[in-house]
Amino acid sequence: MGEFSARPKWNDLVKGEYVHGSVYTSPEIFEEELEKIWYRTWVYVGHESEVKNPNDYVMKSIGLQPVIMTRDREGKIHLLLNRCTHRGNQVCLSEKGNSRSFTCPYHGWTFTNTGQLRGYPFPSGYEGVDRNELGLGRVPRVAIYKGFVFGSFAEEGPSLEEHLGGAREAIDRLVRNSPEGEVEVTAGFLKHKAKANWKFIVENETDGYHPQFVHASIFSVAESGIGELYSSESTAVTRYLGNGHSECDLRPEFRRLDKPMGWFGTTEERMPEYVASMKAAYGDEKSREIMIDGTPHTMIFPNLFIAEIQIFVLEPVAVDETIQHVTALQFKGAPELNRRMRQQTMGSVGPAGFLLADDAEMYERNQRGVQTRDPEWVFLGRGKHRERLDEDGFMVGDATDEVPSRGMWAYYRSQMEAK
Amino acid sequence: MSAYEQEATLLHEVTKFIYMEARYQDNHEYDAWEALWADDGVYWIPANGEGGDPEHEMSMVYDNRSRIALRIRQLHTGKRHAQSPRSDLRRIVSNIEILDVQGDEVRVTSNAFVYEANLRAETVWPSRNEYLLRRVDGKFQMVLKKVVLVNNSKALYSMSFLI
Repeated sequence: MGEFSARPKWNDLVKGEYVHGSVYTSPEIFEEELEKIWYRTWVYVGHESEVKNPNDYVMKSIGLQPVIMTRDREGKIHLLLNRCTHRGNQVCLSEKGNSRSFTCPYHGWTFTNTGQLRGYPFPSGYEGVDRNELGLGRVPRVAIYKGFVFGSFAEEGPSLEEHLGGAREAIDRLVRNSPEGEVEVTAGFLKHKAKANWKFIVENETDGYHPQFVHASIFSVAESGIGELYSSESTAVTRYLGNGHSECDLRPEFRRLDKPMGWFGTTEERMPEYVASMKAAYGDEKSREIMIDGTPHTMIFPNLFIAEIQIFVLEPVAVDETIQHVTALQFKGAPELNRRMRQQTMGSVGPAGFLLADDAEMYERNQRGVQTRDPEWVFLGRGKHRERLDEDGFMVGDATDEVPSRGMWAYYRSQMEAK
Repeated sequence: MSAYEQEATLLHEVTKFIYMEARYQDNHEYDAWEALWADDGVYWIPANGEGGDPEHEMSMVYDNRSRIALRIRQLHTGKRHAQSPRSDLRRIVSNIEILDVQGDEVRVTSNAFVYEANLRAETVWPSRNEYLLRRVDGKFQMVLKKVVLVNNSKALYSMSFLI
């Protein structure tokens, strides 16, 4: 092997606030990421409410792996791999449904929704074969936090709660916006594809620097105040939560505004039913605090973005192609709020969204840009001189600073360097 | 007019209208296109098949008249990056059939095939379109335009032009 075929070391590719362009464009690095990130760490798969009833199932994925999320008749959730153990055919072809079993159309092998091989036609041909050895492949570790189902292909490792770490609080903060303390994912998904590396999208989700520029068109015509939340005068902060997770914490601005439902661009008067049920559930003081703080803007590495009113689930398809699955969050016991969540989500995101079509345009241009020979590096140094630890020990920066990206890249490097 | 002549005349009028709408879209004549809408118009691009109940399930576009106006205003800013530079577009509209006539309203179906070239690549967008047209003062207005993309169950690239 010549010296140029040797793989560069990670400390030559990710150096503090500099990231080498090849990290976004190299097919070899993408393959390595699948093994070291997507098939190792906890990855968000789906939400319990997508398989509400016994025997419901829905097709999902982890990295490039096709995963069937099932709920068995006892109510337990399983993550099974959609591959017949006979010759590799697909046992599930519908995006979702309700079934106690999956039958492979090739030779009729039938599997239960817990993954066991129930039987095959003409069993006399399999004398001496142990059916227990021929169950569907499965994601070895499944864990659920407040309805959010995660899977890890690593047999051992940190627990989900350890992995979520500081991001757990974001999920807590989200679900309490429901008078019943639960969110649901029941409004169906838009699937938006972009010709860009998944890490550009992760970075963009908590980049507080771009909204004023990328989204200037819609902010101006919709007379939206969102742009000001991401200005250099904003009191909002960017925060790195550890393990790759990060957020734009807009609460300082919402608290300054001090108007319940202001976070959602509306008022208490316009949401009377919701306000009443929140007061009944949490009391006057606590409900007021919740309705001022609103919902989080948090990226849970590597693939779940809680974007205030919707969630995005990132699916890497190739080094230069990523799908974002997006849907409006729905709060249990809050039909009035949910209607507005759906309407706003449909307007802003997905392939034709007022916001997301422009975001996608940006990361697609980034993807083409980083193939340029000079300079070789992306520079993520914004706000480095003023980053500081908050009272919980998390690194924070101003609203437009690149603290989230720098944190993510340090974590990324540690994962890629691991054996 | 005989029944046949009446039917042929209506089909001709509807076809002319749909060709005109297609031309406005291809040429990015946003205001002319917006003027085709009735005040209660709905521009609907479902996701995941026929779209079920758009009040409860995500659609790619489910615009009432004021949101159509917002979409046009955004395009006019010149800072709608996904349309700056604009997509080059040309579309074929065909298989126009009248499904139903109720008073002043005509329900129409057609097939469309749009070819888009932009910074990313060249993309084709095949669809079945459904219109509810209302005749007001001798001219048609769009009360509904529903665009059912053939591949709307799959992940799609950004679609920021008027389809």
